[in-house]
Amino acid sequence: MKNRYLLTGGILSTLVTSVIVTGYFWTPYSTTAMNAREKMQPPSLSHWFGTDNFGRDVFSRVMQGAGCSFLIAVLVVLIGCFAGVVIGSLCGYFGGTADLILMRICDTITAFPAILLALVIISIAGSSVSNIVLALGILFIPSFARVVRTQYAGIRDLNYIKAARLEGVSVPRILYAHILPNTLPVLVPAMTIGFNNAVLAEASMSFLGIGIQPPMASLGSMLKDSQNYLTSAPWYALGAGFSIVLLILSFSLLSEGIQVSRNE
Amino acid sequence: MRQIIKKTASLIITLFIVSLLAFLAFQIIPGDPTTKILGTSASPEKVAALRTQLGLDRPVWERYIDWLVSFLKGDFGTSYNYMRPVRSLLADKLPVTVLLTVMSFAITAAAAIPLGIVLGSIRNALADHLTMILDQIIMAVPPFFFGIIACYLFGIVLKWFLPGGYVPLSASIPGCLSYLLLPALSLALPRIAMTVRMLRGSIRHELTQNYVLTAQSRGMPLRAILIRHVMRNAMIPVVTFLAVSAAEIMTGTIIIEQVFTIPGIGRLLVSSIGNRDFPVVQAIVVILAAWIMIVNFIADLLNHWMDPRMRSE
Repeated sequence: MKNRYLLTGGILSTLVTSVIVTGYFWTPYSTTAMNAREKMQPPSLSHWFGTDNFGRDVFSRVMQGAGCSFLIAVLVVLIGCFAGVVIGSLCGYFGGTADLILMRICDTITAFPAILLALVIISIAGSSVSNIVLALGILFIPSFARVVRTQYAGIRDLNYIKAARLEGVSVPRILYAHILPNTLPVLVPAMTIGFNNAVLAEASMSFLGIGIQPPMASLGSMLKDSQNYLTSAPWYALGAGFSIVLLILSFSLLSEGIQVSRNE
Repeated sequence: MRQIIKKTASLIITLFIVSLLAFLAFQIIPGDPTTKILGTSASPEKVAALRTQLGLDRPVWERYIDWLVSFLKGDFGTSYNYMRPVRSLLADKLPVTVLLTVMSFAITAAAAIPLGIVLGSIRNALADHLTMILDQIIMAVPPFFFGIIACYLFGIVLKWFLPGGYVPLSASIPGCLSYLLLPALSLALPRIAMTVRMLRGSIRHELTQNYVLTAQSRGMPLRAILIRHVMRNAMIPVVTFLAVSAAEIMTGTIIIEQVFTIPGIGRLLVSSIGNRDFPVVQAIVVILAAWIMIVNFIADLLNHWMDPRMRSE
C-alpha cells in the first residue's frame, strides 16, 4: 500500500512552507496599513480571510504571523536538536556516571510541561523573541538527547563501529560521520514532532501575552487579539486558528509518514 | 515495599530540589520589588524599611529556610501587588482550577479508555482509517483554539452560554459545573485523541503476542482473553500516559482559563507574571510542580501494582 501519510503530509507541508516563505517577501496587502473604510469585512474574493478591526487584510497578516511562528519553531528545533545530538551522542557512546546523571536531569525536566517552565524562564528573563527562542530551545534539549542517546548506545557496539575504531578513526569522526547518519530515521521524526511542539508552545505563550509582543505578530498573538472581536469578526479568529491547525497538521502527517515508511 | 520506600525518598528529594530551584530562580531577577510597590521616587529610608519588612535584607539561604518552613506550614508569603497573604488569594482560586482539572481528566479517562479498547480490538479497515484521520486532526488543534471555537459556536451562534460569564461555585453548583464543561472538554479532546491512539496501539501489540495464541488454542473466547490477559498488559503504558495527561491538563488550565475568563490560579499566574508579583508566581509554580511530581509518583506505584516484573527489579 502506498504511504498516504507521506504523500498528503509532503504536499501540505510543502504548500504551507512555500506560502510562509512567500510571506517574508510579499503579501497580497500591506500588513500594517489601516483602512477605515474596509473595517471588519467578511471573507470575500479580494480578502480571503476578511479584514480585522483596523481594516487590515487578515490573510496577509496570517502569512506574516505564520512566518514569525515558523521561524521561531525552526530556531527552537535547531537549538534543541544541535545540543541534544552533542549531549546524547557523548552520553550514549561513552556511558558512565556522567551519562546517568545527565539522563536523570533530562527525565526530571521532561516530566514538567514545557509551557510551565517556559513561563517561569520568561517571567524571570523578560519577554523578547530571543528569550522565547532560547527558553524553548533549552527546554527541547532533553527530548532530543534521550532519543539520540538510545540510538548511540545501540549502535556503538556494532561491528562496523568496532572496525572503524580498530582502524584508528578519530572519535569525533566515528560519532558524527559514522553513527549520526544512521540515527536520522529516528532523528527526523523527532525533529518534526519537536517542530509541532514548538509551534504549539510559542502560540500558547503568545496567546497568554507572554510571548511575541506587538508590533510583531505571531499566530498565537493574533488569536489573542482576535478573541475580542469574536462577535463582530469571527473570521479573524478562525483564520488565525485554522492556520495553526494546518501548520501543525501538515508536519505531523509528514512525521507520521516517515515513521510508517520506516516500519514497512 | 523496599522499592516504594526508595521511590518515596526520591520523590521527597526531588520536591526539595524543585523548591530550592523555584526559590533561587526568583532571587536572580533583575529589578527590585520595592520599586514596584513604592515607585521610583520613594525615599531611601522608606525603601530600607520595606526591605526589612519583606525580609529582603537577610542572606539568601536564611530566607530559603524560612520560606520553606513557612511554605510547609501553609504560609505562602505576601503578594506584592495585592498586599494580601498569597494563601488567601489562592484559597479562592485553587478550587476552581482543581475542579476544572478533575472534570477534564475524568472526561479524558471516561472517553478514551472505552474508545481505545473498542477500536483496538475490532478489525475494520474503515474504522481504522477514520480513527487515524480524526486522531491526527484533533491532535493538531491546540486546546485554546478548541475553546475559542466552542465560545463562538455555543456562545455566540447558538447562545447556549455567555462567554466570560463565569458562575461561581458558591452561587450555583450546576451553573458552575455547566460553565466549566466546555473548557474541560476543550482541554480533554487532544488528550483523548492521544490516549486512544496509544491504547489502541498497545492492545494491537499485545494481541500479536504468543500468550494470546496459546489462550486461543486452548479454546478461550477472544473477549475473555481481552479482559483477563490483554487489558492488564495493555494498560501499563497507558497509566503512565494518563499521569502525563493529568500534568498537562493542569498546566493547560493556565491557557484555557484565559479563553473562558475563569478566575482560577492560571489567570492569577499570568497576571502575576505581568505584575512581577513573585511570591504569587513562586507559590503557584511550586504547587503545580508538586502536583506534577505526585501524579507521576502515583502512576509509578500503580504500574508497580499492575506489573509484577517491575517489582523484582
